[in-house]
Amino acid sequence: MDANLSRRAWNLLAKLALWLSAAATCALLLVVIGYIFLRGAPGLSWELLTTQESILRGTMGILPSILNTLYVVLVSLALVLPLGVGAAVYLTEYAKNRRLAWAVEFAAETLSGIPSILYALVGVILFCNALGLQKTLLAGSLTLVIMTLPTVIRTTQESLRTVPRSYREGALGLGAGKWRAIRTVVLPSSVDGIVTGCILTVGRVVGESAVLMYTAGLSTAMQDFSTIQGILRASGSTLTVALYVYAKERADFAIAFTIATLLLLLTGLIHLAAYLAGRLLRRR
Amino acid sequence: MKRRIKPAEFAMQTLFLVCGLTAIAFVLLITVYLILAGLPAIREIGLTDFLLGRTWASTHATDPRFGILPMILTSVYGAAGAIVLGVPVGFFTALFLAKAAPPRLAGLIRPAVNLLAGIPSVVYGLVGMCVLVPALRAWLDLPAGDTLLAAMIVLAVMILPSVISVSDAALAAVPREYEEASLALGATPVETYLRVTAPAARGGVAAAVALGVGRAIGEAMAILMVAGNVANMPSLLSSVRFLTTGIAIEMNYAAPGSLQRQALFSIGLVLFFFIMVINILLNLALKRGREG
Repeated sequence: MDANLSRRAWNLLAKLALWLSAAATCALLLVVIGYIFLRGAPGLSWELLTTQESILRGTMGILPSILNTLYVVLVSLALVLPLGVGAAVYLTEYAKNRRLAWAVEFAAETLSGIPSILYALVGVILFCNALGLQKTLLAGSLTLVIMTLPTVIRTTQESLRTVPRSYREGALGLGAGKWRAIRTVVLPSSVDGIVTGCILTVGRVVGESAVLMYTAGLSTAMQDFSTIQGILRASGSTLTVALYVYAKERADFAIAFTIATLLLLLTGLIHLAAYLAGRLLRRR
Repeated sequence: MKRRIKPAEFAMQTLFLVCGLTAIAFVLLITVYLILAGLPAIREIGLTDFLLGRTWASTHATDPRFGILPMILTSVYGAAGAIVLGVPVGFFTALFLAKAAPPRLAGLIRPAVNLLAGIPSVVYGLVGMCVLVPALRAWLDLPAGDTLLAAMIVLAVMILPSVISVSDAALAAVPREYEEASLALGATPVETYLRVTAPAARGGVAAAVALGVGRAIGEAMAILMVAGNVANMPSLLSSVRFLTTGIAIEMNYAAPGSLQRQALFSIGLVLFFFIMVINILLNLALKRGREG
């Protein structure tokens, strides 16, 4: 009887531990999101999103940081996408030398394990100093290309693997060359993975701060994007870096929480987009 | 008969090969640059003085010291603390998701966990700075709440999503027959999950721990905002500096070419070494997890 009782108690406790842990995880998410929205959402306004900070008028605006974020996202995506998709195509379609393919995969795995502060150091040495780009958004974007490459390779590779062999054989059997088969059959069939990879990359770039803090600059003033010179030399903070600067260096928590709210909204949107892309594009 | 490849085909093949080789080139580039940039200061300071020195006073005018033992220990303790706090909760959540939860509930929680993973680290840092740090100061009656403990808690939260998703996948891969055998012998479902499924997914759990350690050792921005950043020898309730924050806090103002700046790159090299070792352990754990 005693043994039975303690067994029942053990079962109950174990069950409780399982449910409580899951509840704690969910509560954590809700508390973090709830707290940020509570403190940050009231500060969101059209003026904040569309102007820059003006000390003369005493108004606050984060448009420069929004534009800088957009710049970094676009430039790094434009470069990492062909590179990553190309590497994935090589691995799944062309690689005959198994040792070389293993080395490429090992390299991608290694890249995905390196923490962002080390990418920051490499970016500083390689792009800011050696290539003479100084602290610019361009240098930051280039560093992020290296950092996000493994994500694009992996997601593309996963979806290339799901394309049935018969598709390729069909295309080749009809007389298409390998490249033509890839361009017209294989890549279109795996567009869901490529799009998901893009969205995940956008998410990582938007959330990244350490790399950009040291390679792209801290300024919250408006950059000149109207000339090529200006675009190449623009140097400033993205949303995450601006959050850090306002919170840690200027102790202006109201604006920091508002930026955090904006970042959470973006994160939510990005996740939703990834989910929808996965579902809608795979259905066809 | 020898097949001739069209020039266009050959060009594309070469192009794809180059894309693949780029990944390898990046890794080599990073390794070479970190070693080249990290070695000069180590050579000047001396390897043992650098790794085992207990004082970091990089800006001292007459007698600068560059000992990073406090940072190494802080990173190790911080990661250990994050694992102790985060892995049990993460593992039980994963067990819940993979086995015990009603499918519909699991379908709601999994995206929530993904969202948790997607929140930028500065946002965690901000919440830690404005909620956790004042709370610790009040509860524990400390002069300041920016402590190793605060950093451990923030790190535990940040590694939670990766621990959950890796364990979740490992638990789901346990063969159904194991559980059926246990249930048929009269074990309750909960007993089966904890005593049959969980041990069978050992390899996956080891991978989750290794991944968590890697994340915790590598995180910079969030703990920069909560750990106080004084290079003390670590203790739970004092202000500490990690390897990552050691680089981060001085990087933007160390003068180019100075020994201080070179020493920051040396810290980077040490961190790189740590991460490589952890990655190797992670790959071993994943391999063993896959094999059984």
